[in-house]
Amino acid sequence: MDYEKIEKSAQTRKLVRNIIVYTFLVIWAIAVLFPFYWMILTSVKEYSAYASESEGMPQLFTLSPTFANYEKAYTQMPLVRYFANTLIFTVVTTAIMLVVTVLAAFAFSRLTFKGKNLAFTLFLALMMIPSELVIITNYATITAWDMRNTFAGLILPSVTSVFYIYLLKENFSQIPDELYYAAKVDGTTDLRYLLKVMVPICRPTIVTVTILKVIECWNSYIWPNLITTESEYHLVSNGIQQLRESGLGREDIPAMMAAVVVVSIPLIILFLVFRKRIMEGVSRGGVKK
Amino acid sequence: MEKNNLKAWLYLLPAIVFLGLFMVYPLFDVFVYSLEEGYSSISKTYFGVGGYNYSYVLHDPYFLQAVKNTFILVIITVPLSTIFSLLISVGLSSIEKLKNLFQTVYFLPYVTNTLAVGMVFMILFKPAPATTNSVANLVLGWFGISPVDFINGPYWAKMFVLCLYTVWVVMPFKILILTGALASVDKTYYNAAKVDGTSKFRIFTKITLPMISPTLFYLIITGFIGAFKAYADAVALFGADLNVAGMNTIVGYIYERLYATSGYPSYASAAAIILFVIVLTITCINLLVSKKNVHY
Amino acid sequence: MKVALQNLTKIFPSRNKKQPKPVVAVNDFTFDIPDGTLIGLLGPSGCGKSTVLNLISGLLKPTSGKIFFGDDDVTNLPPENRGVGLVFQNYALYPHLTVKKNITFPLENLKGKDKLTKEQMDQMALEAAKLVQIDMLMDRKPSELSGGQQQRVAIARALVKNPKVLLLDEPLSNLDARLRLQTREEIRRIQRSTGVTTIFVTHDQEEAMSISDLIVVMKDGEIHQIDKPQNVYDDPVDLFVAKFLGTPPINVFDGRVENGKLFIGDEAVLDIPSVPNGNVDVAIRPEGFTLDENPVLTCDLSRVEVMGRDISVVATHNNSQNPVVRAIIDSDNLSSVNGTKVKFGVKPNKVFIFEKETGKRIRF
Repeated sequence: MDYEKIEKSAQTRKLVRNIIVYTFLVIWAIAVLFPFYWMILTSVKEYSAYASESEGMPQLFTLSPTFANYEKAYTQMPLVRYFANTLIFTVVTTAIMLVVTVLAAFAFSRLTFKGKNLAFTLFLALMMIPSELVIITNYATITAWDMRNTFAGLILPSVTSVFYIYLLKENFSQIPDELYYAAKVDGTTDLRYLLKVMVPICRPTIVTVTILKVIECWNSYIWPNLITTESEYHLVSNGIQQLRESGLGREDIPAMMAAVVVVSIPLIILFLVFRKRIMEGVSRGGVKK
Repeated sequence: MEKNNLKAWLYLLPAIVFLGLFMVYPLFDVFVYSLEEGYSSISKTYFGVGGYNYSYVLHDPYFLQAVKNTFILVIITVPLSTIFSLLISVGLSSIEKLKNLFQTVYFLPYVTNTLAVGMVFMILFKPAPATTNSVANLVLGWFGISPVDFINGPYWAKMFVLCLYTVWVVMPFKILILTGALASVDKTYYNAAKVDGTSKFRIFTKITLPMISPTLFYLIITGFIGAFKAYADAVALFGADLNVAGMNTIVGYIYERLYATSGYPSYASAAAIILFVIVLTITCINLLVSKKNVHY
Repeated sequence: MKVALQNLTKIFPSRNKKQPKPVVAVNDFTFDIPDGTLIGLLGPSGCGKSTVLNLISGLLKPTSGKIFFGDDDVTNLPPENRGVGLVFQNYALYPHLTVKKNITFPLENLKGKDKLTKEQMDQMALEAAKLVQIDMLMDRKPSELSGGQQQRVAIARALVKNPKVLLLDEPLSNLDARLRLQTREEIRRIQRSTGVTTIFVTHDQEEAMSISDLIVVMKDGEIHQIDKPQNVYDDPVDLFVAKFLGTPPINVFDGRVENGKLFIGDEAVLDIPSVPNGNVDVAIRPEGFTLDENPVLTCDLSRVEVMGRDISVVATHNNSQNPVVRAIIDSDNLSSVNGTKVKFGVKPNKVFIFEKETGKRIRF
């Protein structure tokens, strides 16, 4: 056996493989990042420069960045309003969802009561119901309650999440029974036990659920678009869409992109700060928005 | 343990109220709607009960177009995104340097607003107001291919952009899940195979793939379900009036029926139930196939 | 196949902030493994023994030093070209493949002129399976086997390609006590009948003692002693080896040498004329104590544990480094142990003394 030759060829193969892998990964990284680059680039291009690209090709970079588009986006689009609306919507929806979820998960995991198994099975069955199926009636319901263009109309149908109840219940169930009995012996009430023992122990799961719900709320488009016709109640998604369709976005793409940058930033910052948590949460939750 | 029936139901009450009002009741109601013929949302009256709504929807050219679009989207994007994310995940798992950076970058699309970034895709493929060329065409130009209008142009070009954007949007989730699955395969299997002189390719097909096959099938099933419900991506690229663009999806059709002047929830309900049946059928087929192929 | 390690060193670079220093897992290993022997690498966990195994298999590259199989330098050869069989601690059986497929897996990798027909592979797999006595389980999946059976499948898979060297990484640690006894005999039998040079890693001294031809005792990446099992026990080169081998553990006392006498506390225990004065560690095997001969060491009696054939006298002593002094004594002497004190005599060949600073053995 020619050992040196084998050794050499093994090394070459490894090198070649590494080069291929890294090239491939870098290409996809560029594919992911390029739209973001283009979004930021366009948002700092001068309107005149952008419009005059007509003669030739789109410019892949700019030497004279301007923030005028951001100013324009701020003054000519109700961005702050959209932001505030989305924030209210996200915070209130997530908060109510947490209360409902924690209480239900507690009942299913800790309490014993008649009909528990049947109730839980029915809950699980609800996980399979696609939102498209129920949104029609919800639309009719909210219209009948005269809640279109109100926060209540936006929030109430967005609260429920069977999956999160399930996720939390599974986590709650892992807490040993002894803790509960010990607390009972000490005269702790159920509610106090839930808030002082179970919730702190399961904090990671609760944080996960919260993050997932926040992302879901921040990006939701379909329901807000159905229920809010007045721009006063638009969230960022449908607000942006509305702007694009109605004039401003049609003409002034750099200003439009400035708006897009602004609405994209909060979640990106949230992601960069809680990177590990979010990625863990999403892979554990295994749900797609 | 004593039973505390009343208390337990009290804890459950909020969940039951919300779920009852906004999930269980609508679930039954949507069937009722879909069977009420000639329902008027203003007078809340209907002429009769029957399958007319279904027949209307199934004969509506807009619906048929939406079904066609959705199926093309599903058939192209699900396999493509799954295979591609598998390749990337395998690449990611084989490196150590810069791994975290790559993972972070790859996950970015997940946390961005579908509508907002969709608009960026639109301008990448659509010429600026006065520009003759888009970035996409610039790239095509490098290869000597003549410009194409991807946003208002031929059907295949629009479908291409829609598929591309859909793949771009669903990749982060798949990469994340697959990288996790790959990492959870015990390293000693690879060491054992290496000592036995197994080639990289054989390790991949004989060990890695079978080991992650449950995850892979999970991703394919959820991928199918997700792609059948495509809507927001199309809106971001082609605007809210998808019927005019000829790029509507089944979900888009449902909302359009619900919201547009026609105003009848009946057609929307019928379409929603048809969608549900399609998704259910495909999922069942998937599950049957996976039962046969997923190892352990 | 003879295996030789020359100045083998493996240093792992620091991984993160928690562990800022590079770790020397294997430090300057040099020893020869004669053809056809069964070698046990013995040491506490984290001593680098698995690293040595992985260096020999080629899964890790040494930082410096060389590895020879026979006369061939295989140091930089990738694992697939070395022809080693490796059995992992958790067996690493492919869960989706049957026993037979698991065993034929290495054979299917052969290419070119070495390529085997299906019949040949089946034949070889059957032979290997017969050798480890699992030929009736060929169509089962690993999850349908007991731990001991899985172990055998792993060995069969390692043996099927006639490896030059068989490497076993903690082969018995996942088995229950009874199976462990049985399986180690089995490993010995298989090794004898194939004659393959075998290196196995364990932290269990009894395991190493019972089946190895040679034991390599190591700690913190360094070899402390290489010897026949009984010699390692009877003639340890340093305090670590003396302490690591033997159950119950050896009793260690603070002692001193004065004018050719070995003192523990105020009592002279032994005459050792050749040893210079100074403080030493004195180690006495539990069976090194006697009750009948002239008593030299007085301890405070704690209790007596009766174990049938032997009794275990548990006592305390001010100079003992262990919490208790434990002596194993023939049960005939049971009646003579009572009161609050016990006086032991010692067998000189069971007493070892070591330098205080280095732990090196002082012979006398």
